This record gives sequence, C-alpha cells and structure tokens, in this order.
Amino acid sequence: MSGPLRVVVVYPDLLGTYGDGGNGLILARRAEWRGRDVELLPAPSDRPLPEADMYCLGGGEDGPQVRAARTLIDDGTLAKRVADGAVVLAVCAGFQIVGRTFPGAAGDAHEGLGLLEIDTAKGTGPRAVGEVLVDPTGVEHLPALTGFENHGGVTALAEGAVPLGRVTAGVGNGDGSEGAVRGRVVGTYMHGPVLARNPVLADVLLAWAMGDDALEPLDDSAADQLREERLATVGGRRRRRGRR
Amino acid sequence: MRARLASATTRVVNAASRRLGRGQGTVAGGRAGLRVDPRLLEHLSAGRQVALVTGTNGKTTTTRLLTVGLGATGDAVVSNETGSNMPPGHVAALAGTDAGRAVLEVDEVYLPRVLAATSAAAVVLLNLSRDQLDRTNEVRMVAGRWRAALAAAPHTHVVANADDPLVAWGAGAARDVHWVGAGLRWHLDAVGCPACEGRIEFRDVGWACTGCDFARPLPEAELVLAPDGAAKGSWADGRTHPVRLLLPGRFNQANALMAAVAADACGVDAVAALEAMESVEQVAGRFTVRSFGEVRARLMLAKNPAGWDELLDLVARSDAPLVVSINARVADGADPSWLWDVPYERLAGRSVVATGDRFRDLSVRLHYAGVAHTTESDPVHAVRRAGATGGVVDVIGNYTAFHDLLGAPG
Repeated sequence: MSGPLRVVVVYPDLLGTYGDGGNGLILARRAEWRGRDVELLPAPSDRPLPEADMYCLGGGEDGPQVRAARTLIDDGTLAKRVADGAVVLAVCAGFQIVGRTFPGAAGDAHEGLGLLEIDTAKGTGPRAVGEVLVDPTGVEHLPALTGFENHGGVTALAEGAVPLGRVTAGVGNGDGSEGAVRGRVVGTYMHGPVLARNPVLADVLLAWAMGDDALEPLDDSAADQLREERLATVGGRRRRRGRR
Repeated sequence: MRARLASATTRVVNAASRRLGRGQGTVAGGRAGLRVDPRLLEHLSAGRQVALVTGTNGKTTTTRLLTVGLGATGDAVVSNETGSNMPPGHVAALAGTDAGRAVLEVDEVYLPRVLAATSAAAVVLLNLSRDQLDRTNEVRMVAGRWRAALAAAPHTHVVANADDPLVAWGAGAARDVHWVGAGLRWHLDAVGCPACEGRIEFRDVGWACTGCDFARPLPEAELVLAPDGAAKGSWADGRTHPVRLLLPGRFNQANALMAAVAADACGVDAVAALEAMESVEQVAGRFTVRSFGEVRARLMLAKNPAGWDELLDLVARSDAPLVVSINARVADGADPSWLWDVPYERLAGRSVVATGDRFRDLSVRLHYAGVAHTTESDPVHAVRRAGATGGVVDVIGNYTAFHDLLGAPG
C-alpha cells in the first residue's frame, strides 16, 4: 500500500467530550510501532473532512451531536470513503449519528448518515451509566470487550443488522445487544476509550485498513493488566449481584 | 422554632460526628438538620449577606480568597471551608455562627437550588468544562440551568468570566452582571454555541459565534499578564492594581481577580480585598509541601482536563520526580476516559510514577503518550520511591487521590 495510513479523529470540537479521541491516537501509534507511516489528523467541524483510511467518531453532547450529523451529511466525504472501504469506529453519540435516525436534545428524530442500520430513540428510564462487558459476536477473533457507557439512548437494530456483541454486564443498546457492525463500520456505546481497554479490537480495525492479517504483536502488558482488572472487578460485581 | 431546633440538631450531630472521628463532621450534621427543617438553608441565610462561588475549577480556592477579601473590613465571614459544597455542607457551616457575611462554595449542579434558598447577594461563575461526566452529564445543560436560575434572581449581582462562552450563556439572562476577563485555556467544551448551535470561534482576544450575535461581553475588569508571570487587574474605568499571591499559577491570579470583583459587588473595596488575599498561603492543602518519612512532596490537585492543562504548564518547568495518582470514586467520576484528553505527552523525559486506584488506566495512557514510567498501587509507597533520590517530589492527584495523600500518615 502506498502513502501513509491516514487516521482522522472526526470533529473533536463537537464529538470530543468523552475522551474517545484516544481511539485515534491508539490506532496511529499501533501502526507506527509496526513501522508504518501514519498521519493522525484531528478534523475540526469548520473544515472539509479529510480523505482518510480510518475515521474515529466519539461521544458528544446533544446539541453538538445534531450539528455534527448535519455537517457530515452536507460534507459527504465520510459516506463516500466508507463506500470505498474506509474503516469507521463510532462511539456513543458518534455511533448514533452513523445510524439512520437519532434523537436530538428534545427527543425529536434527526437524520443520521445511514452507515449502520440502526435507529436510536431517547430512553424513558434513567441514563445508562456504568461499566459494560460484551461477549463479541459481531467480529471474529475478539476476546470479551470492556468499556464504560454513559448514554440515554435506546438503539434498535433493523432486521438483519449485526450487533457488535451481547452485553454480559451493563445496558448497551437496550435489548441485550451492544453496538453494531456493517462491513468495516463498527459502532459501540463503550468509552474507556474502547481501544485502550481492548487492543485486539484496535488491531482488527488496523488489519482491515492495512490489508494485513498478520500484524506483529506489540507489548500490551499495560493494557492486559487493565483488562484483567476491569474484567475481574466488573465480572465479580455482576456475579455477586446475580446471587442475591 | 423548627429552624432553631434544626440548627441545634446540625450542631449536635456535627460535634458528635467529629468526636467519633467520622470525618470533619459537616455532612452528617447538615443532613440531620435538613431532615428536621427542609427549609433550614433558607432560614439560616436570612439576615446575612451570602455570596456563592461555583464553576468546574477553582471553586475552593476562590471561596477562600473571597472569604479573606471580605474579611478585609474586619467583619466576621463564615464559609464552608471543608469543601462540602452541597446543602448539608452549607447548613453545617451556617448553623454554628452569627457571622453577618457568608461565602459558600457550591457544586455546579446545585447552584439553582442554593441560590433560591439563600437569596444570595452575589454569585461568582468561574468556568464550565467536562468533569465527572457520569454525574453531571453535559455542561451545556448545567449552563442552561444557571441561566434560568439567575434570570429569576434579579437582586443578585453576578460576577462572571467573560472568556468562557458557557459561563457567558449561564450569566447572560441575569439583570446585573459584572463581567471579568479572567481568561480560559481550555476551549474544547465551548465550541458549539449554546444560543444557536452554531460555532464559537476563539480569537487572540475574545470569542464570537459565527452563526448568531452571541459574543464575548465587554468586561469591567480584566487580568493582564506580564511576560514574567506578574499579573494585574485592569478596570475599564482606568484603575489597575497588581494581583500578588503566594499561591502559584495564572489560574489562581484569575481566581483572585474574580473574588476581588465579587468583593466589590458585596460592598468591600476591590483593592483592599486583593491586598488581603496576598497573605493566603495555601487553600485546603493545595500546593502544600509535606513529608512522607524522609521524602518531601508538593501536593497538587487536578481533577479534569481543563485543570490538568493549567497545572501541566506549572510543573513543566520543573524536573523534579513526578507522582500521578488517579482514582475513579464517586467524587472523581467513575469513568477515567478523560485521561485521554490530557496532554501527558508534555511529560516525556520526566521520571514518572503512576499510582492510585486506577494506575492501570493511567499507565496505558502514559504508554501511548510515550512517557516512560513505573507503576505502584500504593500512593504513599509511590511517593517514597519517587523521592528516594532526594529533592522535593511533585505529586498530582485527582480529587480523592489528592485528599488520600493529604490525610495519609507520614
């Protein structure tokens, strides 16, 4: 493959509230550490979205989320690049806006980018806030995923749409499933950021973008310890709750 | 009658709780008092001049500075100094005293409720940025609630940071606003316009929305910085006065100017207030130097990306060993994802030890930031290890991590 791998963090000024910008940094470093030239580009919302191989969208507030969706639809680059095979990781508000419809601050339905066949509405219960564990069924070769969710949306998958996995702790989409996958577009409610806690997911996305199924392993001892601690803490809490 | 009983209950439970060694005895007593009289805060505020201080960062320090500033007249001033910044803490502070003036630090989310109960003479709005997102959710929502509450309080003088668009929105519907150009380093939460969902653009001086006429209000006082770090307050009417503090950092100079303008709104001369603030050495342990065995450590607090951004500036000039301690308890926010918004890359080359309940999250962040570090689960051990080579260790913790180290046995 020619030229540097381009990783774009989409609209950190609108979708940068929940620390998910870390996902872009993690993808960029992991490609660099394997000797690949990388351009990591934070893309502010007042400029055209750059052409790239990988796009990361993060969580944001209700108002800015509506603005981000409208701007991305008007810009057109993201949908075009996805049709050409670009990889997308979309988290929380970012996950909702790459779907078909999502709720604004008042709960009214807004049009999303339609990259995932999901529809999100405002939930009627309390916000889903807390640790999440996911048994990943939507992507092959992944171990259990860990993250932190903080959202008020309930996401329905259209018939035939594929969830990222099944929640074993936490709320996720609201029906026992979590996230969604379609081609090279992955959506999830998990912060942490999700790739900090789940480096194998980062490498799956990188393998898609770099066309390389045999990425050399990296020193993930720090992330492995974090995963182990989160899985033990959250898994243990869940078992104790289950016994009551 | 009920208020007197409730007030007495607060004092008795506080004293008992202190005797039993259960903390500083402010929350328990306050809660008990509020159970006896749910309107206790209103009753205890009657007949006093109350000033409220809120915002994401700088609340505790500004509360202290304003308390000292108002004390310049020699009047007694009461304050919730322990940092319990919700109604039980307010009630506990007021129950034991007949001081005519009160300065209360208020949690951002509780401002509307506390404002209604105290009929405050002045409210200081410092800044708003992401913090404890699992609890407060969205800063825009908080700004909107401030706006409605202050619009309904026509007798309150509002002292507001003109450089923070979210604060400007929160204060913008109030009848009497004293705008202060206090500066703002962290812009990332304020790009979406709260008035029209357009885009706020930040310029060298000021900011404005590109979609509507929402723009930085003209301040009546401004913080002016000299290249050597000296600061002065500069008033629109031509007055100036140096802001000289023992407390370090630009952010504390800004806090002092906000407090001086608030003192003025409360009828105390701003210059007299500023001069009184010059002698404040430390506030609630921030920047305290203390010993852990043989090791001396300077304790600093940074709870969120905006706070870290300011503090990294301050510690970047030092090459002392650095201990960073991160927790994710209730008062910290349960999700440490915000570590990825902090430019830890600036610590590259420093000797860093990662500690606290969530040292593993921090370690992953530092790994990707290219900061060589070691990890140690016990914060006191971490400080001792970092200081083994001599010299004063810099220690930065988030909220509960900082307080754990402040209170840890030496």
